[in-house]
Amino acid sequence: MHSSLHGASNSGSSQSSETAQQVSAVPLREHNGGLMTAVKATLVRDLTLLLRRRGEVLNPLVFFALVITLFPIAISPDPELLAVIAPGLLWVAALLAALLSLDSLFRSDYDDGSLEQLLLAPQPLAALSLAKVAVHWLLTGLPLALMAPILGIMLALPAGSYAVLALSLALGTASLSLIGAIGAALTVGLARGGVLLSLLVLPLYIPVLIFGAGAVQAAIFGEGVSAHLAILGALLAASLMLAPWAIAASLRISING
Amino acid sequence: MWAFIHKLGSPKWFYGISAKLQPWFWAAAALLIVTGSLWGLAFAPADYQQGNSFRIIYVHVPAAFLAQSIFIAMAVSGLVFMVWKIKVADMAAAVMAPLGAAMTFVALFSGAVWGVPTWGTWWMWDARLTSMLILLFLYLGVIALRGAFTSRDSASRAASVLAMVGVINIPIIKYSVDWWYTLHQPASFTLTSRPAMPTEMWLPLVIMVLGFYCFFIALTLMRTRSEILRREANKHWVQELVAGQVVKVPAEEAR
Amino acid sequence: MSLCLQARQLACERDDRWLFQGLDLEVRNGEIVRIEGPNGSGKTSLLKILSGQLSDYQGELFWNGAAMNEAREHFLANLLYLGHAPGIKSGLSPLENLAWYQALSGESGNEDQRLEALEQVGLAGFEDVPAGQLSAGQQRRVALARLTLTPRALWVLDEPFTAIDRHGVVDLERQLVAHAQAGGCVLVTTHHELTASPLLRRISLG
Repeated sequence: MHSSLHGASNSGSSQSSETAQQVSAVPLREHNGGLMTAVKATLVRDLTLLLRRRGEVLNPLVFFALVITLFPIAISPDPELLAVIAPGLLWVAALLAALLSLDSLFRSDYDDGSLEQLLLAPQPLAALSLAKVAVHWLLTGLPLALMAPILGIMLALPAGSYAVLALSLALGTASLSLIGAIGAALTVGLARGGVLLSLLVLPLYIPVLIFGAGAVQAAIFGEGVSAHLAILGALLAASLMLAPWAIAASLRISING
Repeated sequence: MWAFIHKLGSPKWFYGISAKLQPWFWAAAALLIVTGSLWGLAFAPADYQQGNSFRIIYVHVPAAFLAQSIFIAMAVSGLVFMVWKIKVADMAAAVMAPLGAAMTFVALFSGAVWGVPTWGTWWMWDARLTSMLILLFLYLGVIALRGAFTSRDSASRAASVLAMVGVINIPIIKYSVDWWYTLHQPASFTLTSRPAMPTEMWLPLVIMVLGFYCFFIALTLMRTRSEILRREANKHWVQELVAGQVVKVPAEEAR
Repeated sequence: MSLCLQARQLACERDDRWLFQGLDLEVRNGEIVRIEGPNGSGKTSLLKILSGQLSDYQGELFWNGAAMNEAREHFLANLLYLGHAPGIKSGLSPLENLAWYQALSGESGNEDQRLEALEQVGLAGFEDVPAGQLSAGQQRRVALARLTLTPRALWVLDEPFTAIDRHGVVDLERQLVAHAQAGGCVLVTTHHELTASPLLRRISLG
């Protein structure tokens, strides 16, 4: 049952040592860093790609607005009721919108073979994947955070909490992108990774959701928001330190199929 | 040291040693659980506030303990597998996941049953129950991810990474859920954090917890053994074993 | 400077089946090594193991005498791997694609180098066309332009002749021989019959 090797056969000449000595060998290169060049080029490349397909950038934003529209229709148009649940609604809808675009983070690279090239670059994979995640946040999380106050108006979000809403979303979605990228990296090799991806990352999103929505609520009640924002910042710092390694390890697993 | 680790990693060796350990853990589990249940259910005094319904604690708390411990054990096995490429560790992790999910479910279910006499409802967003529910989702994620890969090696490594990511997150989740819970008007009391339980109430609880752990170890050993046979089915020693020739594990080798 | 990639007692198991076992392999400069074997015999897996992508294998790899784990960075700096998929982004032009590949290895490079590399693979005039509008063969040529753009000693090529027309095949074959003659080294799988050359060595799997 074991198929074994039928001996490495040598056709043509014997070991061509004299040939190798005649010609000047292709010089072996020393690895000469250039990490910043590689990271910058990856940032530029992903930004260019996404900006050329604007639909992919706009989809999460439209989804966000659409989901927010569903709630008054499903629950009640009463501004007082909406004001109470607005922080939670805005945060949950933004979180789902950010999740929506996550599946495509590594998928096209996987399909066209550039992911394996990324893995074979003589650069730390964690740094290169961090560049990709940064682009995801820049074109998903940040626009969502900027758009949220407008939807806040529509949900009668009390005044004084708008800046905190945008800030908490900007901070929080950065963590979401980092954590979500681990899930995206784990499922990129799977044919139907999308649904599984949500199952993997949503439980991990809960702390960010608690402190993000909590910050907005605290702002509404006039309590200090600095504690919430500080914890969101701490979560982001922890994700920044740990997630890139997990993403890199997951990509190496996924490339094996 | 290295030789020892690799011996530990040999499925054949593990198969032999686990056969010897298994009955002891089964016996200990049976003894402890029977003692603990009898003591807890029949002899321990009723709670002055909750009456007899508090006795659910003897299932709820051990299950909740185990649910968390199994996740940690699973992540540690995953780490061992990733670092030393020890396949037995991964087989153990693979059988632990459904066991942990089942324990989490038992903890959730017993918590819900307990909720009926305590809160008058099957479900409250109690901090502990909420954390348990999230833990259940984490388990389901690990199980689903393992099942989604066609290559076994990739499945094992992906599940290991996810378990490790999960185990780093569990304390963060727990802490943030506790914070969230205290912000939103806590109920008058939580299920288990009770001050000063009398000895005759907590001693059977300790016995039950130990019994559950022994049961978990015994069941993990048993299921890992069948997992070994399944995965190593084309290996020489397994075929010999199946053919009826007893593979002896000499005592020297076991050391 | 010499170059040597060694594999000792390599074995790879996929889904309870051994693709290969006990494979000893040594690749030195000045060689074209062609991995042969029927479909499913593990040619691609072998190339992926040798290029350090697959970790699920038994055996040891050495790069210039040092264990692969320690020499990995130096190895990657000298490796050019082309897989089944060309690794070309359809949303980017050939020039932009090449610029990324150049930057990945830490060089900024310049436009002239890239234009020249594209011209050599017969893509002059297509520099700024989105790669998605190019044919499969043209996309493959963009990938092959990396062979001249980013010179590496060790080429690991998995079916590089796929989708290439007859002219291109002749050119590429000539390029492989020239690389080996210059002291480089080529590891290749292909269904295309390579012209006999004193530099060519065959290894058959399965």
